[in-house]
Amino acid sequence: MSFRHTLAGRLMADPMAVVALIIITALVAIAVFADVISPHDHTAMNLADRFAPPSSTYWLGTDNLGRDTFSRLAQGSRIALYVALTAVTISGLIGLVLGMIAGFGPRWLDNLLLFIFDTLRAYPTIILALALAALMPRGLSTVIIVVVITSFAEYGRVVRTQTLSLKNAEFILAERAMGASFGRIVFHHVLPNVLGPFFILAAMNLPVVITIEAGMSFLGIGVPPGTPSWGATLKDGFDYIRNTPWIIIAGGLPLILVTLGFTFLGEALRDQLDPKLRKSR
Amino acid sequence: MSAPILTLRDVVVEFPALHGLKALMAPSAERRVQALNGISLSVQRGETLAIVGESGSGKTTLARAINGLLPLAGGEVWFNDTALHARPDWHATRRQMAMMFQDPVGSLSPRKTVRDLVLEPFAIHRLRVDNATAKATELLRDAGLNADFLHRYPHQLSGGQARRVGVARALALNPALVLADEPTAGLDVSVQGEILNLLNRIKGDHGLTTVIITHNLNILRHIADRIAVMYLGRIVEIGPVAAIMERPRHPYTAALMSANPEPDPTARRERIILSGETPALTARPPGCEFHTRCPVARSDCAHRVPALDAAGTRAVSCHYPLPEDA
Repeated sequence: MSFRHTLAGRLMADPMAVVALIIITALVAIAVFADVISPHDHTAMNLADRFAPPSSTYWLGTDNLGRDTFSRLAQGSRIALYVALTAVTISGLIGLVLGMIAGFGPRWLDNLLLFIFDTLRAYPTIILALALAALMPRGLSTVIIVVVITSFAEYGRVVRTQTLSLKNAEFILAERAMGASFGRIVFHHVLPNVLGPFFILAAMNLPVVITIEAGMSFLGIGVPPGTPSWGATLKDGFDYIRNTPWIIIAGGLPLILVTLGFTFLGEALRDQLDPKLRKSR
Repeated sequence: MSAPILTLRDVVVEFPALHGLKALMAPSAERRVQALNGISLSVQRGETLAIVGESGSGKTTLARAINGLLPLAGGEVWFNDTALHARPDWHATRRQMAMMFQDPVGSLSPRKTVRDLVLEPFAIHRLRVDNATAKATELLRDAGLNADFLHRYPHQLSGGQARRVGVARALALNPALVLADEPTAGLDVSVQGEILNLLNRIKGDHGLTTVIITHNLNILRHIADRIAVMYLGRIVEIGPVAAIMERPRHPYTAALMSANPEPDPTARRERIILSGETPALTARPPGCEFHTRCPVARSDCAHRVPALDAAGTRAVSCHYPLPEDA
């Protein structure tokens, strides 16, 4: 099989996927090398240069305490990635397991799990975040817990629906008729067919999680004060939006780019992972 | 005659007819329908038995009940010396009993290559294959496909090619019995012919015992030794192919055979048109279940239930069967 036919090869042929991968690679590179590429210490306050506009010294200007916005955003990419990857992994795994249990389990269990999924999905994320934030200490783990609680139901539903439709598919019957064990059917034949939509959903969810983290930090219920989260930068910029709009613009740019990047990736993945969709293009 | 390889005695398969609260309220007789209602037959080693009947007569249900995909509500199934009605070791049993499904593409796991698909039985039964690619190539070649197909996915196969993969896979472990559910469904006539020739050749090479389920009457003569005709989950007539096709004794068999289009336009044949619809399984007629549509029914047919009377090699379940020498 040549490279052209592998998933990576096919993705490279899709311009949308290439744009997505460039953005994501840049984000990951910035997060990894944040300490190296930051021109200033992101915590260093330089009160003489408060509210400095973008310049060769301060690429994206400084905030109300004279901290370099670019350095803070670079550090913030670590937080964004950390929260997004952790929360999506945890909620995805919970959703995957519960969804498969619902799909394969007896009807009463399916109904119970569906009830839980629908109840959780009915809560507005930010309201639930505000409620939970009142009960829990401020910090990244609270943000992750909020995201997991509000989003695992979505994975669960998608996985359950996939599992249900696969469970009675003729090729699963054929596997049973050949004597395949339940475990083999689940891991060799159902799981690979569930993972396509699952990964698409995960890719589409990453920017949502990053936005939730930024939103919670913006509202002051996310990261502790002083942490260079993108949402905190937005909040700092918001307070001074009339006089120094570049702070909030600089804080919003990475959010927009990352959201676009992951959404493009999700859509490109969907085009490639669904063989029927692919054929029709 | 040696001991039959497969014997069914009074096999009953039921499906729930009502769900939820309604099922709790209804009398127990109405909660379930009998998709198979007392099927008895036996299959001899090396023969091909075809099961025919219209849609909904229970053909597919019968195949699925034999290899345990559907639970039995009653009766006995003996496969050699294994009692399939008494929680057998299905893993071991299914190694001896291969099944081919109706949808040739849909019965192949969509994310596996053809190579993995034909080797799947070995993986399931943890049999070591020394040279997997060579083995897969050989199995495909026996089914009439070359090695170019090894790395294709099911959606890249035509119906006929996928059917051949299904045949290769069914034969991979040299099963004692093959259950083929509509092996020619969805294939055009020339491909049907190729698949039938393939099945016949394999039958000759391996001395295979086959149960073929079909509503395609044209293929019967080419492939079957005996025919069992089903109506409403019962066998109404069973016997050798030529006898049943040329001199059907059950009025339903006669109607079924006459409904098959004759390829020769000059041949004149009388068609027997049945009146009415097939009764629902939830409302089986009393007496002979065919009497509501039977062209030769008499008044007592509505009261007396006919038994499947065996006379010589054939059996018919009718009070007033058509004469054998008609």
